[in-house]
Amino acid sequence: MEIVLSIVIVFMILGAIYALYAKDLLSALISCGIVGYGLVICFLLLQAPDLAIVQIVVETITLVIMVAVVLNSTREELKEKAVVNIDGVSYVHQRYIVNVILVVVFALFLLYFFKESIFTLDHFGEHVTRMSTAYIEKAAEQTGSANLVTGILFDFRGYDTLGEATILFTAVIGILTILRAKGKK
Amino acid sequence: MNGMTPIVKKVTQLIVGLIFLYGIYIITHGHLTPGGGFAGGAVVAGSFVLLVLAYGSNILKLKKREEGSSVVESLGILLFTVLAFAAIFIGTKVFFANYLPKGVIGELISAGVIPLYNIAVGIEVAAALFTIFLALVIYKEEVLK
Amino acid sequence: MIVYLLCFILFLVGLFGVLTKRNVIKIVIGLSVMEFSLFLFFALIGYIDKGIAPIIVQNIPNAKFVDPLPQAMVLTAIVIGLATNAMLLAIAIRLYKKYNTFDIRKINSLKG
Repeated sequence: MEIVLSIVIVFMILGAIYALYAKDLLSALISCGIVGYGLVICFLLLQAPDLAIVQIVVETITLVIMVAVVLNSTREELKEKAVVNIDGVSYVHQRYIVNVILVVVFALFLLYFFKESIFTLDHFGEHVTRMSTAYIEKAAEQTGSANLVTGILFDFRGYDTLGEATILFTAVIGILTILRAKGKK
Repeated sequence: MNGMTPIVKKVTQLIVGLIFLYGIYIITHGHLTPGGGFAGGAVVAGSFVLLVLAYGSNILKLKKREEGSSVVESLGILLFTVLAFAAIFIGTKVFFANYLPKGVIGELISAGVIPLYNIAVGIEVAAALFTIFLALVIYKEEVLK
Repeated sequence: MIVYLLCFILFLVGLFGVLTKRNVIKIVIGLSVMEFSLFLFFALIGYIDKGIAPIIVQNIPNAKFVDPLPQAMVLTAIVIGLATNAMLLAIAIRLYKKYNTFDIRKINSLKG
């Protein structure tokens, strides 16, 4: 089980690295689709069918919208490079050095916390959270639904669902506002 | 934008009703099988997106704004809020409680008020995704008169 | 343990894309990859060995279920990620209409 999951995640990492270094924007978007659909396979291996259905449809709609945005504007990657060659000596653009140093600092900072947390978590596949036994025993007769995830999502944690519906509504209002107003003369 | 070749149009004509029916099945059986409001709403939105992509934007044949789907989305979240507030007057008089009787586990009519919440969220998610698609792909930028 | 480490590497790839790239579309792709790694991490925590999906079926008497609470949280997070991506793309469309490029170093009309 761990071996199959590791192979799929290595494919996702390779797809993500290619998506950030492609010369053509359309190829980069197709590589982003590799990461999304590889995640669907991981969800199916981890016994979560609800998440697989939502992720596959949301990923398709996101790819359609991004391809439409790219094809309507420009398809090519930016031409000038960060490393320029003047008189045989290669200069690196000043902003690029600062960004790479910033990424390394963040990575070390996060690596320290990751090391601390990975020794308190149990092995993969044996982790039991404190609430999970109580939810699994009580959810069936207190909510009355056979699907435990839906029962938790709409009865025990109903406020999260209310907040999410509000966020989706606000996002639609925000998009309609950004793309409309061209100013009054 | 233009439509696609006649092969795509013919296959779409045969399939789009089945996708819509499958989405409604996922929404209404949310408390028995995997799925629920969000997954079913996204599949229903996918069937509308397929119709618009295959036949071009002439099939919409309406004004220059996406008024219709925006109104349906507002009705969806209004239904959700009305169901949540109706819990104050019925049953245990607590906001957002589960007040209808819970039947036998495994029947279609069971689990209290959860199927009604599933239908409200499904309508809202489907209309929201279709409005986002229309605003970003077809009606890109308009000028206010 | 090695699956957690690979998930963390995927997060670092996304972070590198957000902080270093100059094209707006590449920044959106990097943010999307960061969110995918977080969904994967939540689903990995809730997995129990030889467990089945958390749905009660009549003719299986008592079975070991996978933890349903992280799945409910990830279900909410996927839809929120879609809303964030859609708003970023709307801003990207407006930027292209005004400046005719996707380069963030040339979009600086507030300076000077």
